[in-house]
Amino acid sequence: MSTVIPIRAETSGCTDVVPLVERGQREVFCGLTGIIWLHRKIQDAFFLVVGSRTCAHLIQSAAGVMIFAEPRFGTAIIDERDLAGLADVHEELDRVVGQLLARRPDIRLLFLVGSCPSEVIKLDLSRAAERQNQIHHPKVRVLNYSGSGIETTFTQGEDACLAAMVPGLPASAPDTAPALMVVGTLADVVEDQMRNLFDRMGLQVSFFPPRNSQAMPVVGPNTRYLLAQPFLADTARALQSRGAQHLAAPFPLGVEGTTAWLQAAANEFGVATEVFEQATAAPRQRAEKALAVQRQMLQGQRIFFFPDSQLEIPLARFVHRELGMDLVEVGTPYLHRQHMAAELALIPEGTRISEGQDVDLQLDRCIADAPDLVVCGLGLANPLEAQGITTKWAIELVFTPIQGYEQAADLAGLFSRPLKRRLKLAA
Amino acid sequence: MQLTLWTYEGPPHVGAMRVATAMTDVHYVLHAPQGDTYADLLFTMIERLPRRPPVTYTTFQARDLGGDTAELFKDAARQAMARFNPAAMLVGSSCTAELIQDDPGGLAQALKLTIPVVALELPSYQRKENWGASETFYQLCRHLVHKPDSGKPAKARPTCNILGPSALGFRHRDDVKEITQLLNQLGVDVAVVAPLSASVADVQKLAEADFNVVLYPEIGLAAAQWLQRQFDQPYTKTVPLGSHATRDFITEVCALTGLPQPAQDPSNAHAHWYAKSVDSTYLTGKRVYIFGDATHVVAAARIASQEMGFEVVGLGTYSREFAREVRDCAKRYGVEALITDDYLEVETQINALQPELILGTQMERHIAKRQGIPCAVISAPVHVQDFPARYAPQMGFEGANVLFDTWVHPLMMGLEEHLIGMFREDFEFHAGAAPSHLGSTRPAAENVAPTVAAPVATPVVVSAAPAPTDTLITHSVQKIAVPAQAASNQATWSPEAEKELGKIPFFVRGKARRNTERFAQDQGVATITVETLYDAKAHFSR
Repeated sequence: MSTVIPIRAETSGCTDVVPLVERGQREVFCGLTGIIWLHRKIQDAFFLVVGSRTCAHLIQSAAGVMIFAEPRFGTAIIDERDLAGLADVHEELDRVVGQLLARRPDIRLLFLVGSCPSEVIKLDLSRAAERQNQIHHPKVRVLNYSGSGIETTFTQGEDACLAAMVPGLPASAPDTAPALMVVGTLADVVEDQMRNLFDRMGLQVSFFPPRNSQAMPVVGPNTRYLLAQPFLADTARALQSRGAQHLAAPFPLGVEGTTAWLQAAANEFGVATEVFEQATAAPRQRAEKALAVQRQMLQGQRIFFFPDSQLEIPLARFVHRELGMDLVEVGTPYLHRQHMAAELALIPEGTRISEGQDVDLQLDRCIADAPDLVVCGLGLANPLEAQGITTKWAIELVFTPIQGYEQAADLAGLFSRPLKRRLKLAA
Repeated sequence: MQLTLWTYEGPPHVGAMRVATAMTDVHYVLHAPQGDTYADLLFTMIERLPRRPPVTYTTFQARDLGGDTAELFKDAARQAMARFNPAAMLVGSSCTAELIQDDPGGLAQALKLTIPVVALELPSYQRKENWGASETFYQLCRHLVHKPDSGKPAKARPTCNILGPSALGFRHRDDVKEITQLLNQLGVDVAVVAPLSASVADVQKLAEADFNVVLYPEIGLAAAQWLQRQFDQPYTKTVPLGSHATRDFITEVCALTGLPQPAQDPSNAHAHWYAKSVDSTYLTGKRVYIFGDATHVVAAARIASQEMGFEVVGLGTYSREFAREVRDCAKRYGVEALITDDYLEVETQINALQPELILGTQMERHIAKRQGIPCAVISAPVHVQDFPARYAPQMGFEGANVLFDTWVHPLMMGLEEHLIGMFREDFEFHAGAAPSHLGSTRPAAENVAPTVAAPVATPVVVSAAPAPTDTLITHSVQKIAVPAQAASNQATWSPEAEKELGKIPFFVRGKARRNTERFAQDQGVATITVETLYDAKAHFSR
């Protein structure tokens, strides 16, 4: 069987690509949406949005039925009394936070999450968080970040949240050996698999964010971190400022991405080739076998990505290189060249990459291109289907476990299922 | 500030979107930050619309806040005009844009568009979704409705408009169809339905009809009242939800038009008979709690009380605009109305009242699920399953049929409940028995010996009532006894008597066994014969 898939492109790929940058109407979520998976991850944290009824309605719509299981998120809705200055906003916030913590005594970490309205009225949530910290110390820690639409797009909400946690991470002892940290929310099942793989390579690894706020990973100049998600620009910068060093790698999507991602850590920590091979060979072969089935369905199909989560470029790399799909357009809300460098090198030269969005113009292009599969948000999916275009709704790619070997075929299945369904219903 | 986990209504601009999306040639240019497009998916996913809502968002970002947001708005409006070529444009602000105080109305005016532009003032920090829809429809009417020519052409039949149905409305699609049919049968033609599937030209003609039918006061009443003030156009006050209300609605329409009242209900009016049929007897006095929008709550209370024979033990609404109507309604049932948009208050009240049935929104469905109480959905907000593919009106006679089925279904059907009570101890039906469709999991011996009363997994409480005086073969459910306890002075069954016992229908066999054994014990009989069995039957049937 094959050994490690070589990470080298025949050409420089899209490394020097000049993306099509567009400004206009954007059909994307704001960063508040990140709360929906973040609160599942950090089990003793509560996310309190300070915003309007629109914010509450957004989270409710995005959370679907999850809202009913005593969720650990909510909205402090600003009303006209707050705006007119009739009520002291900070006192109001004291009251709401007190009410909340009395109701949920199990909460140890509280995020005050900024929104467009709170940013526009320049409500100083960092000061509010400090104040709440003094009131509720030591039982509850209070942090703040902004998930507003004017500043963040969808997954960038996670970036802002993690970046807010970094300054408070405990410092690692200065003379300890280098240690590995994996940064970015992974489903628990994926996290366990990754931990297991690193174990087999003899590497101690910590994950950030942790599952519990009382078990924050340590950070310092001896920290080497791998990004598990592509949307963590600010978090990376914050970690860098604590002395941590980034290990450049593609993202762990598909067999190739996962292997290269693990390899980056193995190389840094001097894991012997045969140890790496032994740790990864079995799951790699399993995943390759499972992917081969999916490849038959997807080979040669033309795919178009609307911008949504910044996962688009790694996903495009995966579907192109491992499933044989042709890339029509790869849209991303934001292109971080440094974090995306390893990915861009693997995207075929000449691929149309777009950053930002003018949704009407992009829809025009999409319809003119007539791709076989379009990855887009739920606001566009049914309207495109009604025009005879097969779609895969993008948000599922954020909520479903897709990283690592064992999920590679599941990830491919997310792309093949709509095409299969179309064939079945047409028959 | 108000702590919120769940909200019954969205912000008012979502109400405006519901009106714009309902109509065919209106475009809404909404001054809003990136992210507010989430509302599109309410329409494309929950209502499963095959098209994008006709809304252009300006999508301003933090870097735009310096001062060119106004220009951004003008660009968006200009581009929307060129691309979508609407017959009228709505312009307005979402909650964040309201704070930055650009003036969409003034900015749109400066563009000198050739179509009517309606500027919406929707105070996001005071009002909510239904108010937004109502205000938008009202403003559209004010801007668009033409005064009819004085020489109206004489029409063969009276005409009316149907006001209120919108996008994302709970069963609006089918209610419109049902009420249109009902009006047609009465001899009334429907001129315009608005805002649902109306064009700008349709709205312009609203004043030409003889009267208005207000199906959903939350959205249509303000416009209907304005049309009455401006054009002397009367409107209906009865919402035809339920058989009684539908009849009242017919009476009202006949009074408005001078048409003759039909002698009897149409042939599809089944709900009334179903409620009278003996199987519905068990519905009598079932304790019901009702929550939702004002219109559906007031109607549901009447149906529950007068048409189903339930007892209304509590009701409430999140529609503050109609709090007075709901309070008046609650008084008729001797309860206090709960006016709140906090689902925790609703949950607390349900907890305290412990009703047997909850009629509510999606939220009450989840409260009910947590508490193990049957529940049916009567009002928005609802999830995707309540925008069904099948025909499912709430209004008119077919609507009454749908309501009967929907409300009764979660309760156990009367016959089913009765039978399960009777069979509670049978080997096939006791609490520990596996469902028969999954195949038998018990030992074969038990299956071939049906005369042996199977052990009951959970003991049934024996009624402490005095000795039963009814016959051996009885349908009395509560008095069915547990299988005979192994007591020291227990009489033994002769084989003949055991065989005779086996001839008694299995669902009362346990009771017959117990009564006979008790009789034998009282009489000091050691061996139960066939004679003893019938002596016991005669004894207990006195």
